[in-house]
Amino acid sequence: MFTWLHKLGSPPLLYRVAGRSTPWFKWTAFLLLALGLVGGLILAPPDYQQGDGFRIIYVHVPSAILSLAVFVLMAVAGAIGLIWRLRMAHAVAVAAAPLGAAFTFITLITGSLWGKPMWGTYWAWGPRLTSELVLLFLYFGYIAVINAFPNQRSGDRAGAIFAIIAAVDIPIIHYSVYWWTSLHQGASLSFTNSSISPAMLWPLLVMIVAFTLYFCWLLSIRLRTEILRRERRASWVRTLTITGAKNAKLA
Amino acid sequence: MTPRRQRLLLVVGILAGTAIGAAFALRAFSGDILYYYTPSKVFAKHIPDGRVFRLGGLVEKGSVKRESGTLTVRFVITDNHRTIPVVFTGVLPALFRPGQGVIASGHLDSGGMFVANKVLAKHDAKYMPLKIYNKKHGTDYTRPGGMNRGGVRGGA
Repeated sequence: MFTWLHKLGSPPLLYRVAGRSTPWFKWTAFLLLALGLVGGLILAPPDYQQGDGFRIIYVHVPSAILSLAVFVLMAVAGAIGLIWRLRMAHAVAVAAAPLGAAFTFITLITGSLWGKPMWGTYWAWGPRLTSELVLLFLYFGYIAVINAFPNQRSGDRAGAIFAIIAAVDIPIIHYSVYWWTSLHQGASLSFTNSSISPAMLWPLLVMIVAFTLYFCWLLSIRLRTEILRRERRASWVRTLTITGAKNAKLA
Repeated sequence: MTPRRQRLLLVVGILAGTAIGAAFALRAFSGDILYYYTPSKVFAKHIPDGRVFRLGGLVEKGSVKRESGTLTVRFVITDNHRTIPVVFTGVLPALFRPGQGVIASGHLDSGGMFVANKVLAKHDAKYMPLKIYNKKHGTDYTRPGGMNRGGVRGGA
Protein backbone atom coordinates (compact mmCIF):
# COMPACT_ATOMS: atom_id res chain seq x y z
CA MET A 1 0.00 0.00 0.00
CA PHE A 2 2.76 2.39 0.93
CA THR A 3 5.29 1.23 -1.63
CA TRP A 4 5.48 4.68 -3.27
CA LEU A 5 6.21 6.14 0.15
CA HIS A 6 9.00 3.65 0.72
CA LYS A 7 10.40 4.36 -2.72
CA LEU A 8 10.46 8.09 -1.98
CA GLY A 9 12.22 7.20 1.23
CA SER A 10 15.34 6.56 -0.81
CA PRO A 11 17.48 9.70 -0.54
CA PRO A 12 18.88 9.74 -4.12
CA LEU A 13 15.41 9.21 -5.61
CA LEU A 14 13.79 11.90 -3.44
CA TYR A 15 16.70 14.21 -4.29
CA ARG A 16 16.05 13.64 -7.99
CA VAL A 17 12.26 13.98 -7.72
CA ALA A 18 12.61 17.23 -5.77
CA GLY A 19 15.05 18.53 -8.36
CA ARG A 20 12.76 17.64 -11.26
CA SER A 21 9.73 19.31 -9.67
CA THR A 22 11.56 22.49 -8.64
CA PRO A 23 11.16 24.40 -11.96
CA TRP A 24 7.49 23.39 -12.26
CA PHE A 25 6.69 24.73 -8.80
CA LYS A 26 8.75 27.84 -9.50
CA TRP A 27 7.13 28.84 -12.77
CA THR A 28 3.53 28.00 -11.84
CA ALA A 29 4.03 29.87 -8.55
CA PHE A 30 5.35 33.00 -10.27
CA LEU A 31 2.67 32.87 -12.96
CA LEU A 32 -0.13 32.60 -10.41
CA LEU A 33 1.52 35.19 -8.13
CA ALA A 34 1.56 37.64 -11.04
CA LEU A 35 -2.07 36.85 -11.89
CA GLY A 36 -3.17 37.09 -8.27
CA LEU A 37 -1.33 40.36 -7.65
CA VAL A 38 -2.74 42.02 -10.78
CA GLY A 39 -6.20 40.72 -9.85
CA GLY A 40 -5.92 41.73 -6.20
CA LEU A 41 -4.11 45.05 -6.47
CA ILE A 42 -5.50 46.39 -9.77
CA LEU A 43 -8.62 44.58 -11.01
CA ALA A 44 -10.47 44.05 -7.71
CA PRO A 45 -12.60 47.07 -6.76
CA PRO A 46 -11.98 48.88 -3.43
CA ASP A 47 -13.97 47.59 -0.45
CA TYR A 48 -17.11 49.51 0.56
CA GLN A 49 -15.88 50.22 4.08
CA GLN A 50 -12.09 49.74 3.99
CA GLY A 51 -11.29 51.28 0.61
CA ASP A 52 -7.95 50.04 -0.70
CA GLY A 53 -6.87 48.94 2.77
CA PHE A 54 -8.59 45.58 2.37
CA ARG A 55 -6.03 44.50 -0.24
CA ILE A 56 -3.69 43.26 2.46
CA ILE A 57 -5.84 40.10 2.66
CA TYR A 58 -4.19 38.97 -0.58
CA VAL A 59 -1.01 38.44 1.44
CA HIS A 60 -2.37 37.98 4.96
CA VAL A 61 -4.87 35.17 4.34
CA PRO A 62 -2.62 32.97 2.13
CA SER A 63 0.24 33.35 4.66
CA ALA A 64 -2.08 32.50 7.54
CA ILE A 65 -3.38 29.38 5.78
CA LEU A 66 0.16 28.23 5.05
CA SER A 67 1.39 29.00 8.56
CA LEU A 68 -1.13 26.41 9.79
CA ALA A 69 -0.79 23.96 6.88
CA VAL A 70 3.01 23.79 7.12
CA PHE A 71 2.84 22.85 10.79
CA VAL A 72 0.31 20.12 10.02
CA LEU A 73 2.66 18.89 7.28
CA MET A 74 5.54 18.80 9.79
CA ALA A 75 3.46 16.85 12.32
CA VAL A 76 2.26 14.37 9.68
CA ALA A 77 5.78 13.95 8.25
CA GLY A 78 7.08 13.50 11.79
CA ALA A 79 4.48 10.80 12.50
CA ILE A 80 5.34 8.99 9.24
CA GLY A 81 9.02 9.23 10.14
CA LEU A 82 8.37 7.77 13.59
CA ILE A 83 6.04 4.97 12.57
CA TRP A 84 7.61 3.80 9.31
CA ARG A 85 11.17 4.79 10.27
CA LEU A 86 11.45 6.92 7.16
CA ARG A 87 14.42 9.22 7.60
CA MET A 88 13.43 11.29 4.58
CA ALA A 89 10.08 12.15 6.19
CA HIS A 90 12.04 13.84 8.98
CA ALA A 91 14.11 15.66 6.35
CA VAL A 92 10.88 17.07 4.86
CA ALA A 93 9.71 18.32 8.27
CA VAL A 94 13.10 19.88 9.06
CA ALA A 95 13.24 21.59 5.65
CA ALA A 96 9.69 22.97 6.04
CA ALA A 97 10.06 24.47 9.54
CA PRO A 98 11.78 27.81 8.75
CA LEU A 99 9.35 28.38 5.86
CA GLY A 100 6.38 27.89 8.16
CA ALA A 101 7.94 30.26 10.68
CA ALA A 102 8.35 32.87 7.92
CA PHE A 103 4.70 32.55 6.87
CA THR A 104 3.64 32.92 10.52
CA PHE A 105 5.79 36.04 10.85
CA ILE A 106 4.31 37.55 7.66
CA THR A 107 0.81 36.75 8.94
CA LEU A 108 1.46 38.56 12.22
CA ILE A 109 3.09 41.60 10.57
CA THR A 110 0.48 42.11 7.85
CA GLY A 111 -2.35 41.59 10.33
CA SER A 112 -0.79 44.13 12.65
CA LEU A 113 -0.39 46.74 9.87
CA TRP A 114 -4.05 46.26 8.91
CA GLY A 115 -5.20 46.28 12.52
CA LYS A 116 -3.92 49.78 13.29
CA PRO A 117 -6.17 51.74 10.89
CA MET A 118 -9.13 49.31 10.89
CA TRP A 119 -9.41 48.04 14.46
CA GLY A 120 -7.56 50.97 15.99
CA THR A 121 -4.63 48.97 17.38
CA TYR A 122 -1.54 47.14 16.14
CA TRP A 123 -1.96 44.34 18.62
CA ALA A 124 -4.59 42.94 20.97
CA TRP A 125 -4.12 39.95 23.26
CA GLY A 126 -7.18 38.24 21.87
CA PRO A 127 -7.35 34.45 21.42
CA ARG A 128 -6.68 34.43 17.65
CA LEU A 129 -3.68 36.75 17.76
CA THR A 130 -2.20 35.13 20.85
CA SER A 131 -2.54 31.57 19.53
CA GLU A 132 -0.93 32.60 16.22
CA LEU A 133 1.96 34.21 18.13
CA VAL A 134 2.29 30.97 20.11
CA LEU A 135 2.56 29.16 16.75
CA LEU A 136 5.59 31.32 15.86
CA PHE A 137 7.23 30.30 19.14
CA LEU A 138 6.34 26.65 18.44
CA TYR A 139 8.19 26.87 15.13
CA PHE A 140 11.20 28.34 16.98
CA GLY A 141 10.85 25.59 19.58
CA TYR A 142 10.81 22.88 16.90
CA ILE A 143 13.92 24.31 15.23
CA ALA A 144 15.65 24.46 18.61
CA VAL A 145 14.68 20.87 19.48
CA ILE A 146 15.93 19.29 16.24
CA ASN A 147 19.27 21.05 16.67
CA ALA A 148 19.63 20.24 20.37
CA PHE A 149 20.91 16.67 19.90
CA PRO A 150 24.39 15.59 18.87
CA ASN A 151 23.04 12.91 16.54
CA GLN A 152 20.52 13.27 13.77
CA ARG A 153 18.22 10.42 14.78
CA SER A 154 17.54 11.66 18.30
CA GLY A 155 16.93 15.18 17.02
CA ASP A 156 14.54 13.91 14.35
CA ARG A 157 12.54 11.83 16.81
CA ALA A 158 12.36 14.53 19.47
CA GLY A 159 11.34 17.06 16.82
CA ALA A 160 8.63 14.74 15.47
CA ILE A 161 7.15 14.18 18.93
CA PHE A 162 7.36 17.93 19.62
CA ALA A 163 5.54 18.70 16.33
CA ILE A 164 2.80 16.13 17.00
CA ILE A 165 2.16 17.50 20.49
CA ALA A 166 2.42 21.16 19.45
CA ALA A 167 -0.03 20.60 16.58
CA VAL A 168 -2.75 20.93 19.23
CA ASP A 169 -2.36 24.71 18.71
CA ILE A 170 -3.60 24.42 15.10
CA PRO A 171 -7.30 23.69 15.85
CA ILE A 172 -7.11 26.23 18.68
CA ILE A 173 -5.99 28.93 16.21
CA HIS A 174 -8.65 27.94 13.71
CA TYR A 175 -11.58 27.81 16.15
CA SER A 176 -10.41 30.60 18.50
CA VAL A 177 -12.71 33.14 16.86
CA TYR A 178 -15.72 30.87 17.34
CA TRP A 179 -15.02 29.46 20.80
CA TRP A 180 -14.32 32.75 22.52
CA THR A 181 -15.13 36.42 22.19
CA SER A 182 -12.38 37.96 20.14
CA LEU A 183 -11.38 41.12 18.33
CA HIS A 184 -10.46 39.12 15.24
CA GLN A 185 -13.36 38.48 12.87
CA GLY A 186 -14.48 35.03 11.82
CA ALA A 187 -13.50 33.49 8.49
CA SER A 188 -14.65 35.22 5.31
CA LEU A 189 -13.76 32.21 3.21
CA SER A 190 -15.95 29.16 3.18
CA PHE A 191 -16.65 26.34 0.76
CA THR A 192 -20.35 27.09 0.70
CA ASN A 193 -20.89 30.81 1.24
CA SER A 194 -18.00 33.24 1.40
CA SER A 195 -18.72 36.76 2.60
CA ILE A 196 -16.45 38.20 -0.10
CA SER A 197 -17.78 39.48 -3.41
CA PRO A 198 -16.72 37.34 -6.42
CA ALA A 199 -14.70 40.21 -7.95
CA MET A 200 -12.55 40.31 -4.78
CA LEU A 201 -12.65 36.58 -4.11
CA TRP A 202 -11.01 35.08 -7.21
CA PRO A 203 -7.66 36.88 -6.76
CA LEU A 204 -7.60 35.61 -3.16
CA LEU A 205 -8.12 32.01 -4.28
CA VAL A 206 -5.41 32.45 -6.93
CA MET A 207 -3.05 33.86 -4.28
CA ILE A 208 -3.72 30.92 -1.94
CA VAL A 209 -2.75 28.45 -4.69
CA ALA A 210 0.23 30.65 -5.66
CA PHE A 211 1.53 30.82 -2.07
CA THR A 212 1.16 27.05 -1.77
CA LEU A 213 3.19 26.48 -4.95
CA TYR A 214 5.73 29.07 -3.79
CA PHE A 215 6.09 27.07 -0.57
CA CYS A 216 6.50 23.84 -2.57
CA TRP A 217 9.20 25.50 -4.64
CA LEU A 218 11.19 26.68 -1.63
CA LEU A 219 10.60 23.34 0.12
CA SER A 220 11.98 21.34 -2.81
CA ILE A 221 15.14 23.48 -2.84
CA ARG A 222 15.58 23.25 0.94
CA LEU A 223 14.82 19.53 0.92
CA ARG A 224 17.62 18.89 -1.59
CA THR A 225 20.07 20.80 0.57
CA GLU A 226 18.88 18.93 3.64
CA ILE A 227 19.28 15.55 1.88
CA LEU A 228 22.82 16.43 0.77
CA ARG A 229 23.70 17.52 4.30
CA ARG A 230 22.38 14.29 5.82
CA GLU A 231 23.86 12.02 3.15
CA ARG A 232 27.18 13.80 2.86
CA ARG A 233 29.06 10.60 3.65
CA ALA A 234 27.04 8.42 1.27
CA SER A 235 28.70 7.25 -1.90
CA TRP A 236 26.04 8.69 -4.24
CA VAL A 237 26.61 12.18 -2.86
CA ARG A 238 30.36 11.77 -3.29
CA THR A 239 29.85 10.70 -6.87
CA LEU A 240 27.60 13.70 -7.31
CA THR A 241 30.10 16.16 -5.92
CA ILE A 242 33.15 14.69 -7.63
CA THR A 243 31.74 14.25 -11.12
CA GLY A 244 29.42 17.20 -10.93
CA ALA A 245 25.64 17.23 -10.98
CA LYS A 246 25.45 17.22 -14.77
CA ASN A 247 27.51 14.10 -15.38
CA ALA A 248 25.94 12.10 -12.62
CA LYS A 249 22.50 12.69 -14.16
CA LEU A 250 21.11 13.14 -10.68
CA ALA A 251 20.23 16.78 -10.85
CA MET B 1 2.16 -6.94 17.60
CA THR B 2 4.76 -5.71 15.14
CA PRO B 3 7.14 -2.95 16.22
CA ARG B 4 5.65 -0.69 13.56
CA ARG B 5 2.18 -1.21 15.02
CA GLN B 6 3.57 -0.35 18.44
CA ARG B 7 5.01 2.89 17.14
CA LEU B 8 1.72 3.70 15.41
CA LEU B 9 -0.13 3.20 18.69
CA LEU B 10 2.46 5.35 20.47
CA VAL B 11 1.88 8.23 18.04
CA VAL B 12 -1.90 7.84 18.27
CA GLY B 13 -1.54 7.76 22.05
CA ILE B 14 0.50 10.97 22.11
CA LEU B 15 -2.06 12.64 19.85
CA ALA B 16 -5.03 11.47 21.89
CA GLY B 17 -3.35 12.38 25.19
CA THR B 18 -2.51 15.89 24.04
CA ALA B 19 -5.97 16.43 22.57
CA ILE B 20 -7.73 15.26 25.73
CA GLY B 21 -5.40 17.30 27.93
CA ALA B 22 -5.92 20.43 25.86
CA ALA B 23 -9.68 19.88 25.78
CA PHE B 24 -9.82 19.68 29.60
CA ALA B 25 -7.59 22.72 30.00
CA LEU B 26 -9.68 24.76 27.56
CA ARG B 27 -12.92 23.65 29.25
CA ALA B 28 -11.56 24.75 32.61
CA PHE B 29 -10.66 28.15 31.17
CA SER B 30 -13.68 28.54 28.93
CA GLY B 31 -15.54 30.87 31.28
CA ASP B 32 -12.48 33.08 31.67
CA ILE B 33 -11.15 33.39 28.12
CA LEU B 34 -13.31 36.36 27.33
CA TYR B 35 -11.75 39.16 25.38
CA TYR B 36 -14.68 41.38 26.34
CA TYR B 37 -17.93 41.40 28.32
CA THR B 38 -21.24 42.02 26.61
CA PRO B 39 -23.64 44.44 28.35
CA SER B 40 -25.73 41.46 29.57
CA LYS B 41 -22.60 39.89 31.11
CA VAL B 42 -21.72 43.18 32.79
CA PHE B 43 -25.14 43.34 34.48
CA ALA B 44 -25.00 39.65 35.40
CA LYS B 45 -21.50 39.89 36.89
CA HIS B 46 -22.03 43.14 38.86
CA ILE B 47 -18.62 44.53 37.98
CA PRO B 48 -17.69 47.16 40.60
CA ASP B 49 -17.30 50.82 39.56
CA GLY B 50 -13.78 51.74 38.65
CA ARG B 51 -12.70 48.20 37.70
CA VAL B 52 -11.07 48.28 34.27
CA PHE B 53 -12.48 45.83 31.72
CA ARG B 54 -13.42 45.57 28.04
CA LEU B 55 -17.00 46.09 26.94
CA GLY B 56 -18.07 44.73 23.57
CA GLY B 57 -21.21 44.89 21.50
CA LEU B 58 -22.85 46.81 18.71
CA VAL B 59 -22.98 50.60 18.47
CA GLU B 60 -26.68 51.31 18.82
CA LYS B 61 -28.08 53.03 15.74
CA GLY B 62 -28.98 56.66 16.35
CA SER B 63 -27.00 56.83 19.58
CA VAL B 64 -23.74 58.41 18.31
CA LYS B 65 -23.41 62.05 19.46
CA ARG B 66 -20.27 64.08 18.93
CA GLU B 67 -19.58 67.07 21.16
CA SER B 68 -18.80 69.96 18.87
CA GLY B 69 -15.30 71.38 19.08
CA THR B 70 -13.90 68.41 21.01
CA LEU B 71 -12.88 64.81 20.32
CA THR B 72 -15.48 63.57 22.79
CA VAL B 73 -18.07 61.19 21.43
CA ARG B 74 -20.99 59.52 23.21
CA PHE B 75 -22.73 56.38 22.06
CA VAL B 76 -24.54 53.33 23.41
CA ILE B 77 -23.23 49.76 23.25
CA THR B 78 -25.92 47.12 22.97
CA ASP B 79 -26.10 43.35 22.66
CA ASN B 80 -29.74 43.65 21.55
CA HIS B 81 -30.73 42.78 25.10
CA ARG B 82 -29.10 45.22 27.55
CA THR B 83 -27.41 48.54 26.77
CA ILE B 84 -24.62 50.59 28.35
CA PRO B 85 -23.89 54.26 27.50
CA VAL B 86 -20.26 55.02 26.63
CA VAL B 87 -18.25 58.24 26.61
CA PHE B 88 -14.91 58.39 24.82
CA THR B 89 -12.44 61.14 24.00
CA GLY B 90 -10.01 60.35 21.22
CA VAL B 91 -9.64 59.13 17.67
CA LEU B 92 -12.06 56.43 16.57
CA PRO B 93 -10.88 53.62 14.26
CA ALA B 94 -11.82 53.64 10.57
CA LEU B 95 -14.45 50.92 10.89
CA PHE B 96 -16.41 52.62 13.70
CA ARG B 97 -20.00 53.33 12.74
CA PRO B 98 -23.52 52.78 14.09
CA GLY B 99 -24.57 49.13 13.88
CA GLN B 100 -20.97 47.86 13.86
CA GLY B 101 -19.29 45.76 16.55
CA VAL B 102 -16.88 47.61 18.84
CA ILE B 103 -14.78 46.80 21.87
CA ALA B 104 -14.19 49.61 24.37
CA SER B 105 -11.80 49.37 27.30
CA GLY B 106 -12.35 51.50 30.39
CA HIS B 107 -14.46 51.46 33.55
CA LEU B 108 -17.96 52.18 34.79
CA ASP B 109 -18.50 55.41 36.72
CA SER B 110 -20.97 55.66 39.60
CA GLY B 111 -23.74 56.73 37.22
CA GLY B 112 -23.49 53.56 35.15
CA MET B 113 -21.70 55.34 32.29
CA PHE B 114 -18.79 53.45 30.73
CA VAL B 115 -15.77 55.77 30.51
CA ALA B 116 -13.63 54.40 27.68
CA ASN B 117 -9.97 55.20 27.16
CA LYS B 118 -9.71 53.12 23.99
CA VAL B 119 -12.26 52.05 21.38
CA LEU B 120 -11.52 49.27 18.89
CA ALA B 121 -13.78 48.42 15.96
CA LYS B 122 -14.48 44.84 14.95
CA HIS B 123 -14.53 43.92 11.30
CA ASP B 124 -17.65 42.13 10.10
CA ALA B 125 -15.65 39.86 7.72
CA LYS B 126 -17.67 41.18 4.79
CA TYR B 127 -15.99 42.36 1.62
CA MET B 128 -17.86 43.95 -1.28
CA PRO B 129 -17.51 46.78 -3.79
CA LEU B 130 -19.21 50.09 -2.99
CA LYS B 131 -21.67 49.65 -5.87
CA ILE B 132 -23.06 46.44 -4.42
CA TYR B 133 -23.27 47.99 -0.93
CA ASN B 134 -25.21 50.96 -2.30
CA LYS B 135 -27.57 48.67 -4.18
CA LYS B 136 -28.16 46.51 -1.10
CA HIS B 137 -28.78 49.40 1.28
CA GLY B 138 -30.33 51.94 -1.07
CA THR B 139 -27.51 54.40 -0.30
CA ASP B 140 -25.48 56.58 -2.65
CA TYR B 141 -22.03 56.77 -1.08
CA THR B 142 -19.45 57.89 -3.60
CA ARG B 143 -16.32 57.10 -1.58
CA PRO B 144 -15.40 53.90 0.27
CA GLY B 145 -15.83 54.26 4.01
CA GLY B 146 -18.34 57.10 3.57
CA MET B 147 -20.81 55.26 5.78
CA ASN B 148 -18.22 55.24 8.60
CA ARG B 149 -17.47 58.95 8.45
CA GLY B 150 -21.13 59.91 8.13
CA GLY B 151 -21.94 57.73 11.11
CA VAL B 152 -19.56 59.55 13.42
CA ARG B 153 -20.55 63.08 12.49
CA GLY B 154 -24.28 62.80 12.13
CA GLY B 155 -25.09 59.96 14.48
CA ALA B 156 -27.04 58.16 11.71
